Amino acid sequence: MSAADTTTAKVPPVRQSPSSGSQAGTPAPRGKSKSGAGIPWLLLAPCLLVLLLVLGYPLIRLVTLSFQKFGQPQLWGFQEAESAGLSNFTNILGDPEFWTVVLRTVLFAAGAVVVTMVLGMAIALLLQRVSSWVKVLINIVLVASWGMPIIVATAIFKWLFDADYGVLNWLLSRIPGVDMIGHNWFASGPQGLAVIMLLVVWGAVPFVVITLSAGLTQVPKELEEAARLDGAGAWKVFRYVTLPIMKPILVMLTTLSVIWDMGVFPQVYVMRNGHPEAEFQLLTTYSFDKAFVVNDYGTGSAIALVTVLLLLGVVAVYMRQMLKIGDVE
Amino acid sequence: MSTAKVSAAPRRRRKSKLGWNLLGLLVFVTAGFPVYWMLNTAFKPAKDAIDPDPHFFPSTFTLENFKRALDIADFWGPVTRSLLVSSVVVVIGIAVGLLAALAISRFAFRGRKIVIVGILAVQMVPLVAMIIPVFLMLNDLGQYDKLTGLIITYLTFILPFTVWTLRGFIVNIPKELEEAAQVDGCTPTGAFLRVVFPLLAPGMVATSVYGFIQAWNEYLYALMLMSQQNQTATVWLSNFITKNGTEYAPMMAGSTMMAVPIVILFLLVQRKMAAGLTAGAVKG
Repeated sequence: MSAADTTTAKVPPVRQSPSSGSQAGTPAPRGKSKSGAGIPWLLLAPCLLVLLLVLGYPLIRLVTLSFQKFGQPQLWGFQEAESAGLSNFTNILGDPEFWTVVLRTVLFAAGAVVVTMVLGMAIALLLQRVSSWVKVLINIVLVASWGMPIIVATAIFKWLFDADYGVLNWLLSRIPGVDMIGHNWFASGPQGLAVIMLLVVWGAVPFVVITLSAGLTQVPKELEEAARLDGAGAWKVFRYVTLPIMKPILVMLTTLSVIWDMGVFPQVYVMRNGHPEAEFQLLTTYSFDKAFVVNDYGTGSAIALVTVLLLLGVVAVYMRQMLKIGDVE
Repeated sequence: MSTAKVSAAPRRRRKSKLGWNLLGLLVFVTAGFPVYWMLNTAFKPAKDAIDPDPHFFPSTFTLENFKRALDIADFWGPVTRSLLVSSVVVVIGIAVGLLAALAISRFAFRGRKIVIVGILAVQMVPLVAMIIPVFLMLNDLGQYDKLTGLIITYLTFILPFTVWTLRGFIVNIPKELEEAAQVDGCTPTGAFLRVVFPLLAPGMVATSVYGFIQAWNEYLYALMLMSQQNQTATVWLSNFITKNGTEYAPMMAGSTMMAVPIVILFLLVQRKMAAGLTAGAVKG
């Protein structure tokens, strides 16, 4: 707070002294003014300082930790952390369980992203075709599920899929020839993760739909009309007209979704009562368990670091897209 | 659409609209069902919740579950703590974030691109990956189990978000307005305060509310950095779930108390937010 106050207080004097005379004719201070260079940095200073403190330092600590042996004795300060060289990494990379977790995480995230994007696009297109009162209804539901705290959503899904009293087993059992009463969805990993994926998708679709809807309004009607006159069917119009125009948004949303879905934690953690079984472990819970359950902070950090590195490629794509957008100004 | 088809078109359109509307209603019912089921369970007697034949419409309306939820564990303490943390984080985030957003959207300077990349990159780091060093860092600083520690930590995700979102709102305000004010004799600062700031206010409110919701909903840090005595609202709710033999009816009542105010807040600002989030992302 105080940092912010002092900077605002400082800005006017600096700003006024040179600009009052020299810039009367050229009001846009687009970089060329002699004194202008310091001001943006002055404005940025508090933000960058905070980020360095709360993010830069922990990130560095994460990297150093992953090369250290750091356990209970080090946490309590009985022993100094000792260098472990690359042993944390060789241990996890040589552990078949780790690779299983990596594969499971990638499959889970890919599944969640694909389902989210396809459903999101479908609903966004549907919204263009329904009457306005249906649109209002769908929008209310979308915003409600978007604004739901993840913990609340998780609690609801746990209740819906409850083995004994869950309404879903009862509903499915209404279908002739299906008896799901007492079915435990979490007895097997893949099935349980499918439920968690559904929960993730339910929370993620609204943002995608609303962003895509905004994007669809930008697609020129004349273009679609022209394609239709040339004899293109609905699918072709979508494929060759709508999709190319929407590409930047789709790229942005897909990369964001990948990042979010690779970072899924509370949904799994809470669904499994704070102790996810081996077949429910994703990279996030796996790293967490290594650190806080086994008290092996070095290994936990190494796993977290590998996760971040895995995401770097995806992030690079996102960055390029966002910088393009940033340049539009 | 040739002229020959004009007479037939409306009827066909009405027919096809009906199909789309039915599909739309299906989406509405499916996506809305979890929310409905939460409310339904929260307001019906606990014994109805575990009836083998689920009651789809609550016949008897009761507040019993809410009372029970408040009795199971202290509710107001966690809620007060969550309110405090979220509010302080938002105030700091908006104040600091606005200055930074102004810098990257209104000035051309060497290093601007790097700053933008940095702020975006920061948002990409999964929170879960940071929990280990953050936990150890707060431990070292003696900030474990302190609200200040939680506030500092929450800035990691609130600040980049506010900078980027506010930037979106600022970019949408034409520079010409400021320039005109300066031609009329305003100082650049005066022009900002008199012209840009009033136009920016709604966006700032929306960003604040959205940031508040993000901080309010956060779970992992709240779980790891606070002790049982000082838990926040989300952790309070998860305690219901992770306790053995979940009492679902009170849990749904607790969920309702947690979610309804947040969803209402969200409804108020989401339209504005969608505009800000997609600013510049879609340029026709």
